[in-house]
Amino acid sequence: MSSPRTPEERTALRAALAVGLATAAYGVSFGALATLSGLDIWQTCFLSLVMFTGGSQFALIGVLASGGLTAGGAAVTSAALLGTRNVFYSIRMAPVIGPGFFRRAAAAQLTIDESVAVSTAQTTPSAQRLGFWVTGILIYVGWNLTTLIGALIGDLLGDVSAYGLDAAAAAAFLGLLWPRLKVRQTQAVAVAAALVATLLTPVLVPGLPVIVAAVVAIVVGGFNLFARTPREPGEST
Amino acid sequence: MTTWQIVILASVICVALKVTGYLVPPRAFEHPTVARITNLLTVALLAALIAVQTLGAGQSIQVDARLPAVVVAAGLYALRVPFVLVVIAAAAVAALIRAFT
Repeated sequence: MSSPRTPEERTALRAALAVGLATAAYGVSFGALATLSGLDIWQTCFLSLVMFTGGSQFALIGVLASGGLTAGGAAVTSAALLGTRNVFYSIRMAPVIGPGFFRRAAAAQLTIDESVAVSTAQTTPSAQRLGFWVTGILIYVGWNLTTLIGALIGDLLGDVSAYGLDAAAAAAFLGLLWPRLKVRQTQAVAVAAALVATLLTPVLVPGLPVIVAAVVAIVVGGFNLFARTPREPGEST
Repeated sequence: MTTWQIVILASVICVALKVTGYLVPPRAFEHPTVARITNLLTVALLAALIAVQTLGAGQSIQVDARLPAVVVAAGLYALRVPFVLVVIAAAAVAALIRAFT
C-alpha cells in the first residue's frame, strides 16, 4: 500500500476498484438464478470458479432453465459461442501481461470483459498491467463469494415463477447487452436476433433458436451491413 | 448428458478459449471481419436469450408478467440504475403482477 504509484497507476487502481466491486455484486443474481434453474450449489460454484465469464455462465443456465437437460448441447454451444470474444481479449492482453507460463495461465483465467476494459482504458503500460490484475483478481474473489451467497439464497427460495425470477434472468441478460447497444449495427443485430429467436421458438427444440439467431451476427458482420455511413449527415431516426 | 457433464464441458471450452489467445500468433485472428463477427455474436446471442427468456414457454410463445418486467428493466437501465437493483426490480414487477392477476 505504501509503495509509490504514478498518477496513471492510481487512476488504474480507482477504475479497477469501482468496476471490480460493481461487477462482483451481481454474482448474487447469477448464484440465485443458477440454483433456481436446476443446478446444485456445487455446480453453480464450479461455473464461477472454472468457467468464470459472466455472459457464458448466464447463457448456460438460461438455456438449461428453458430446455432442461435435453437442451444440454444447446446450452454448451451458447456458452462457448459467447466465450469466443475472450479469444480476442486474450490476444490483446498477451503483450500487456508479458512472458512466463504461470503468469499467463493466471492471466488467462482472469481475462474477461471488465479486466480487459479497465486495462485498455489506461495510458501507460504499467497502469494497463495493474488495471488488468487488480480488476481481474477483485472480480474473481468477489464473484465467487457472491455466487455462493446467491446460490444459498436461491436454494432457500424454491419456486421460480412465483417470485418473478424468470423475469430477473431476462433483465440480467439485458444488463449484459445494454452497454453494447451504442451503434446502429449492434442495435440492428440485437433486434433481428431477438426476432429470429422468437419466431423459431415454436418450431425448434428449446435452446436451438438462440444458436440459429447467432447466424444474424455472421451475416451482418460478414457483409458489414448497417455500418455507420458518413454520407447521411442529416439522417432521421 | 448429466448436469455435471454439461457444466464441466462448457467450462473447459470457455477456459480453452481464454487460453487460446495467449498461445496462438495474433495474426490468425487479425482480420477485421472476424473481429466484427465475434463482437456481433455476443450481441446476437444475448438478444436472442432475452427474447426466449421473456417470451418462451417451452416450445411456444407466451406473453405474461415477464414482458412488462423486462420493459421496466430497460427503462431503468436507460436511467443508469445499477445492475443488481434492476434485476431485483424486474423480479418484483413480475412477482407483483402474478400476485394480483
